[in-house]
Amino acid sequence: MRAGVVTFPGSNCDRDLRVAMEAVFGRPVEALWHADTELPRLDLIGLPGGFSYGDYLRCGAIAARAPIMAEVVRFARRGGHVLGICNGFQILTEAGLLPGALLRNLGLSFVCRTVPLDVVTAASPFTSAYPAGDRIALPVAHHDGNYMLSQEEVRRLEDEDRIAFRYVDNPNGSTADIAGVLGAGRNVLGMMPHPERACDPLTGGTDGVGLFRSLLEALG
Amino acid sequence: MKARVAIRYRPGVLDPEARAIARALGSMGFAGVRGVARTRLLELELEARDRQEAEAQVRRMCERLLANPVIETYEISLME
Repeated sequence: MRAGVVTFPGSNCDRDLRVAMEAVFGRPVEALWHADTELPRLDLIGLPGGFSYGDYLRCGAIAARAPIMAEVVRFARRGGHVLGICNGFQILTEAGLLPGALLRNLGLSFVCRTVPLDVVTAASPFTSAYPAGDRIALPVAHHDGNYMLSQEEVRRLEDEDRIAFRYVDNPNGSTADIAGVLGAGRNVLGMMPHPERACDPLTGGTDGVGLFRSLLEALG
Repeated sequence: MKARVAIRYRPGVLDPEARAIARALGSMGFAGVRGVARTRLLELELEARDRQEAEAQVRRMCERLLANPVIETYEISLME
């Protein structure tokens, strides 16, 4: 399985994501550049956390229109797997690969702590290694994680079993406590918490490993 | 030609910053502030040949980048 992680100007979790992936996948992960107009042959693309383009205009708005994103969207529409974490989730909504929008946290503060999450569905290549209904702990660190979605869209996601993670104690006001969501084809996942920061006992937890193990199982 | 683009949250989108501003005004003693809404204003200087072309171009900019249709509406005004 070949994976790559995109670096945009202002991305700061790209290296952490590559390190976490490499530790579980057991092979080098490619560093992709925002201005590239071609992608190497890949099975998985990661869009990392950070402050791409300074969060200017709207979080993830400019990154979603970076040259590489036309290729990433094409890749996803062909069934390629895409994992967007934090700013990556924002970019995926701005690129139209996931529904809804991420707004300023309801409490207005930047939230930076480890939070409990429910793994709502194990029926995805991102969550199959977790027992469904499993409770895990992952760090969050964001100012604009308030996931806005219409009630109609929430119902649709529930019907299609596309809510991947839910906050147990909602830290940002997200609709229906949604922390992570799958695209219609189940090959795209966006989530605000940082699984790549919970892959090493040295950094306080390893509940993030399951997500990368799921991908390894699903994609080889 | 100059174009002004006013971008607002759609009705129903909660703006906690606007609410915080309203509360701050209240706690400073300004009575009777029933609501605060923020509008993002962009001013563009264009090399367009005529108003129609300018407006069409700016509309495309709004649709493709400047406003997120999921949560925002936009209003364009042109001036020479």
